Amino acid sequence: MSTAPDMKTKSITLTIDDQQVAVETGSSVLEAAHAAGIYIPTLCNHPTLPSYGGCRMCLVEIENMRGFPPACTTPVQDKMVIRTNTQQLQELRRNILEMLLTEHPHTCLVCERKQQCQPYHTCIRKVAVTTGCTMCAQNGICELQRVVDYIGLKEVSLPYTYRKLGILRDSPFFDRDYNLCILCGRCVRVCQDIRGAGAIAFTYRGPKALVGTAFDYTLQESGCQFCGACVDVCPTGALVERAVKWTGIPDSTVRTTCPYCGVGCQISLHIKNSRIMNSVPFVNSISNKGQLCVKGRFGIAEVVHHPERLTAPLVKRDGKFVETSWDEALNFVAEKFQVFKGNRFALISSAKITNEENYLAQKFARAVMGTNNIDHASRSCHAPSLVGLEKAFGIGAMTNSIDEISGAACIFVIGSNTTSGHPVLSLEIREAVNKGAKLIVADPREVKVAQWADIWLRHVPGSDVALLMGMMRIITEESLADMSFVEERCEHFHEFRESLKDFTLDFAEKVTGVQKDKIKKAARLFASQKPATVIYGMGITQQSHGTDNVLALANLAMLTGNIGKPFTGVSPLRAQNNNQGACDMGALPDVYTDYQRVDNPDVQKKFEAAWDVRLSSAPGMTLPEIMNAAHSGEIKSLYLIGENPVISQAHAGSVTDAVRKLEFLVVQDIFLTESAKLAHVVLPAASFAEKDGTFTNTERRIQRVRKAIEPVGNSRPDCRILSSIAGRMGAKGFDFSHPSDIMQEIAGLTPSYHGISYNLLEKISPQWPCTDETGEGTPMLHRDYFVRGKGRFTPLSYKPPAELPDETYPLMLTIGSSLYHHQTGTMTRKVSGLNFLHPGNVVEINPADARKLKIKDGDHVTVISRRGRVTAMARVTDSCLAGLVYMDFHFAESAANILTNRALDPLSKTPELKICAVRVEKGHGG
Amino acid sequence: MTFKEIQHRAVTEWENWQKSKKPRILVGTATCGRAAGALSILDVINESLRKLRIKATVTEVGCIGLCYAEPMVDIIKPGKPRISYGGLTPENIQQLLEDYLINDNPRPDLALGYFGEDIVGGIPAFFDMPVLKPQVRIVLRNCGSIDPKNINHYVANGGYSGLQKALSVKPEDVIEELKKSGLRGRGGAGFPTWMKWNFCRNAPGKEKYIICNADEGDPGAFMNRSLLEGDPHSVLEGMVIGAYTIGANNAYIYCRAEYPLALERLGIAIRQMEEYGFIGNNIMGSGFDLHIKIKEGAGAFVCGEETSLIASIEGKRGMPRPRPPFPAIAGLWGKPTNINNVETWADVALIMQRGGEWYSQYGNEKSKGTKTFALVGKVERTGLVEVPLGIKLREIIYNVGGGILNGRKFKAVQTGGPSGGCLPASLLDSPVDYESLAAAGSIMGSGGMIVMDEDTCVVDMTRYFLTFTQTESCGKCVPCRVGTRHMLMILQRITRGEGEPGDIELLQRLATTVKSGSLCGLGQTAPNPVLTTIRYFRKEYEDHIHKKKCPALVCKELISFYVDPKKCRGCGICFRNCPVEAISGSKKMIHVIDQKKCIKCGTCFNVCPRRFSAVVKVSGKKMRVPRKPVPVGTQTVARKHT
Repeated sequence: MSTAPDMKTKSITLTIDDQQVAVETGSSVLEAAHAAGIYIPTLCNHPTLPSYGGCRMCLVEIENMRGFPPACTTPVQDKMVIRTNTQQLQELRRNILEMLLTEHPHTCLVCERKQQCQPYHTCIRKVAVTTGCTMCAQNGICELQRVVDYIGLKEVSLPYTYRKLGILRDSPFFDRDYNLCILCGRCVRVCQDIRGAGAIAFTYRGPKALVGTAFDYTLQESGCQFCGACVDVCPTGALVERAVKWTGIPDSTVRTTCPYCGVGCQISLHIKNSRIMNSVPFVNSISNKGQLCVKGRFGIAEVVHHPERLTAPLVKRDGKFVETSWDEALNFVAEKFQVFKGNRFALISSAKITNEENYLAQKFARAVMGTNNIDHASRSCHAPSLVGLEKAFGIGAMTNSIDEISGAACIFVIGSNTTSGHPVLSLEIREAVNKGAKLIVADPREVKVAQWADIWLRHVPGSDVALLMGMMRIITEESLADMSFVEERCEHFHEFRESLKDFTLDFAEKVTGVQKDKIKKAARLFASQKPATVIYGMGITQQSHGTDNVLALANLAMLTGNIGKPFTGVSPLRAQNNNQGACDMGALPDVYTDYQRVDNPDVQKKFEAAWDVRLSSAPGMTLPEIMNAAHSGEIKSLYLIGENPVISQAHAGSVTDAVRKLEFLVVQDIFLTESAKLAHVVLPAASFAEKDGTFTNTERRIQRVRKAIEPVGNSRPDCRILSSIAGRMGAKGFDFSHPSDIMQEIAGLTPSYHGISYNLLEKISPQWPCTDETGEGTPMLHRDYFVRGKGRFTPLSYKPPAELPDETYPLMLTIGSSLYHHQTGTMTRKVSGLNFLHPGNVVEINPADARKLKIKDGDHVTVISRRGRVTAMARVTDSCLAGLVYMDFHFAESAANILTNRALDPLSKTPELKICAVRVEKGHGG
Repeated sequence: MTFKEIQHRAVTEWENWQKSKKPRILVGTATCGRAAGALSILDVINESLRKLRIKATVTEVGCIGLCYAEPMVDIIKPGKPRISYGGLTPENIQQLLEDYLINDNPRPDLALGYFGEDIVGGIPAFFDMPVLKPQVRIVLRNCGSIDPKNINHYVANGGYSGLQKALSVKPEDVIEELKKSGLRGRGGAGFPTWMKWNFCRNAPGKEKYIICNADEGDPGAFMNRSLLEGDPHSVLEGMVIGAYTIGANNAYIYCRAEYPLALERLGIAIRQMEEYGFIGNNIMGSGFDLHIKIKEGAGAFVCGEETSLIASIEGKRGMPRPRPPFPAIAGLWGKPTNINNVETWADVALIMQRGGEWYSQYGNEKSKGTKTFALVGKVERTGLVEVPLGIKLREIIYNVGGGILNGRKFKAVQTGGPSGGCLPASLLDSPVDYESLAAAGSIMGSGGMIVMDEDTCVVDMTRYFLTFTQTESCGKCVPCRVGTRHMLMILQRITRGEGEPGDIELLQRLATTVKSGSLCGLGQTAPNPVLTTIRYFRKEYEDHIHKKKCPALVCKELISFYVDPKKCRGCGICFRNCPVEAISGSKKMIHVIDQKKCIKCGTCFNVCPRRFSAVVKVSGKKMRVPRKPVPVGTQTVARKHT
């Protein structure tokens, strides 16, 4: 599936059923036939899976080949002569199909009165409710049926055996009825080969052979990730999503973009009776190749239709929220905002809303409110990437594409629990590893990717610069650097090389806690295996020297010549669906769209002309600065769009205090979040499924968000709300009839979005920069020269984290995210199945530390930092480094961010969420 | 040490052993010997030698192949020829030692034969015995004669000279030599070995693998086990030659874990090879490197199939995958891989030691060389035999095997294990080679040969083989998983007397579908027993189905036991022994079996005194017997009553 220039280059011709077909080398006979529009029946073959050859339905006759080779596994050869439909073949297929159907309830497949059958029609032939005719759990979507029809099987003469197995309901999302299983192995293959989970396998042999878990464990015990990929590939009703069981076929299907992480998976929403039934992967998608994670697959319909969705504007009167009309609420907000115009106002936009809405939000802050005080959640995650990569390369975004990862010869993952944070992207890593790529993982915790790694560097949190510089010193010392690339394409190498002097192996070992040998091995491996790519997450950026970390990675990529070439690059993994887009749209205090600086007079003039207003040239405040200013009373009014800072921000307690001090707080969200509860006015927003727009994913790909249903209750899309407020404040330039009009304005003012239009996006989803009308986009940056001209090496020095363990707070806390929840849990914690799988926060602690503190697995423990305390359950595990404790940050009731440190990275103003000093006590604490 | 020095050292050791002043005793302690009690024999020998104060050298050797004569011991007195003794017991072994070693009585009554030139009175020459006369023991030449745990014994007998020769020439020359020999795969398919090697050798890729398939899974087959237990170095030498020729630096031996002794001896052999530099880096100074790993299989029959075997080594479930790509192009870990059977590798060593032309003198036009068979079933002399290809079945069964046990009549022979075919008496004179067996609907297989006499019901036997193949089906492809089950269900019905008209045609339809629709060799060959038995013994099926008759009197549901009123003397033995009280009668009364109660255990049949032989077993017919016991001698009256 990767874009690797593999063997598929030479075109060859063959004859299938007297038809001349031209295909590429490496194709299978089945692919060739399908390309020529010739149907060959198959049950075990699936486009996303490697071929298998098990069902024997696609057997064909090939001249000069013995027997009946299966079309799915037989590679094409030049001048092959193939017959797919001889009498002998049909006879063979019929016999095999008949055998198959003796193991599968088939009255539904061969009943001659099927067409006349009614729901609930009692009939002597019906086997059981799940195996009957029109009561098919799969709503009649059955690949077996198509094959039966093609072969024209009318009856099964061999005796039928019902397996008499109980239906397994151990997944919160889908049922497994192996009575309907035809052992095509698709689920097993997708679980093992594509997802790398291996939760299910074939069990037993001969007539007892079946799909199942090891030792009949429950799915959860067997390592199932509940991605639902098995359900998606099942050709029968053996694996069925419970939410759509017996609901019938959907009225319509809408393709859109997943609202969770930054991978930007393309999904199809199935709609019936104006409700979303479920979300399934869109098969021919580039960014997700037909795969989804548990959140996108099972965590959407329930969120969108959740009873707690905000359905009417709320205004707080006497400390209580009162439902009001939109008119009343909007007039009130407009009136109040008039009062707080200027720098007393700040807007925090959202990485969850669309590009168009972010554009309007920053336009509203700048043009209507007259301030550059606009920021959004990227500040707490990837601002160091913006700053660092811009400094080194000229642009702060992922350099290459997601689908290039699987083609790399070496992958270096640092500070990213990829399988949890970006599950679908981790499949690329898995694929690369399967193909033989080397994997280096640097993480203090035994994250899943570390288990796949050739080298796992278990470095102490905050020691990334020491580790990376140590590696680079080895690379330069052992002349493994790509000097021709360095000399030709980069600058300031000399100063950088000087700064390596401090990073002897001894020093690196002392600071990182990683053995010298391992550092050496990793350095040699990364420098020698080409193409190599670097993937990193928030483990790198959420530190008080996050920008240094990013610069170190940029140095490493340049030093080894791994940039501007296919399958290389530096990839920051953006946490949310539209982190990238919100930044691109200028929801940042210092830049307009496409990072055009507010203090650049030319830019200022351009936007003043376009928007027909006077604009401020003074950069505004960043998110932490806004919170500080709110605390000090400098900021009086705050407009929060889809943001929940009292959970998401470091030192959450002080943020709550700051928010409480505000004179006027407007929160616009789809749920009454912890932050919304503190608001003066709450405006109900429509979810991603109820509006049109675009998201830009982590690889800079601009993808459509499409309206699938009408806004729930009385909620409204964010852009409409923004327009209404602006309109009521007398501003011009906000009356758009459709988000596509907003995109037109964006395209005009944003060089990298040049040529983007909804018409274009119907056809392709380009990666910016899009420099011409074709919208081809740029999958790979820095190809011939860096965006800034030459790549810039930056000399670095080691700086310890802002807060280190001491006698009172002897442990280090780091935080991260779970596979089953997203961000502050506003959405995912509404999904009962996700809550079932991951009900509450746990504190991971190393057995050595646990022993010292007399903590046992499952005990309640209290984690205390200088800033607060939270209680959660202890999980004693080796996967956590000694001296370290780990928590997820999704849970409001035990919000890890109450503990975290607000020390900021000086350049990007990102707080050190990943490291603080804590003490752990047994029990609920006083 | 150079190879010459190694050879010199080995030959010196061997000769010293041969010319030892002390008597030498060889005990066959391969698995077959052990099963017959060789280990207790060994204990008794050691104890007796101590008691008798005889200083002798006792060596454990592999199996010489005469299973019927196990446990076997060979004794070599200084200056006397080696004498082989068989069928020993812990009771008579001490006496034998005393008689021969002290009193110089070679005990011709216990001896099987002597080796060498000097004639020993009253004892036949070993290789003149009828069991060995038709055999050509070249692969098995060392089995039972050398210490399999001593590399020097192998080297002294020409071992590793084949490797030395191979390393001194170009790989192409080795392939040329193989081509001359006419060697074809001994795993059963019979693909020319040189061609297979050439494919892999010419396949693109730096990293290549070779694999020794020692996953011998056929019920009743033990050729590979005996070879690995008795002469592991011959297999390993072949592997090193193959690796050098193909260009592989890593090799695997995939051996089933049920062969602990073979695994142990392979392990010892590999360590010894390392000491002598026959594997590892820079083998014999040639610059060629090879590392061999042993992978223990977990007992799945399908893992004998090469793609399943590869999957199993990779740590995956043993399931086959379709070819192409063939392992020669993409095998283990996706790299070019050559797999050969244990016997093939041993043949390779032999061919390189003695030359391809020499090897090709044996066999017939298309099938060269020798083949080992595990000759089992209803023959007088079961055992591991090695015969030149092209020999007639009759010669193996009657000359080597000594004919059918207890003078019964030959009925059929199953070659190629459970996936082979069942051949009738009319084919006894057809030659044993790849083409002839295939034409007869069977296969060579790895060398299982099960002989059946007239007391075997072919339908029941087919049912047995299908039970085996269908439980061993991996479940991947539909025809094999489901089709074999349906065939088995029908066979079960037929043997239960529930066969229906049309069952034979249905069996044929299913068998043809499974044969042409299955993915791997297991499924493609699983119907062979069904197809060949229908082809050669159709009448027996028809008897079962239409007449509800089992001519061999085997299928329980189709047989009945009666007390012949003419013969019964009313002794009451059957009456007393019937476990379900189905027999009525008393002293001097003719016994009557209640057919409804009878569970057909055959106890009455077995206990009825031979001089009466009154209980008869019949199938497909009813006997007229009195309804109630009547006094002995009144049977004519009784007949009137019925």
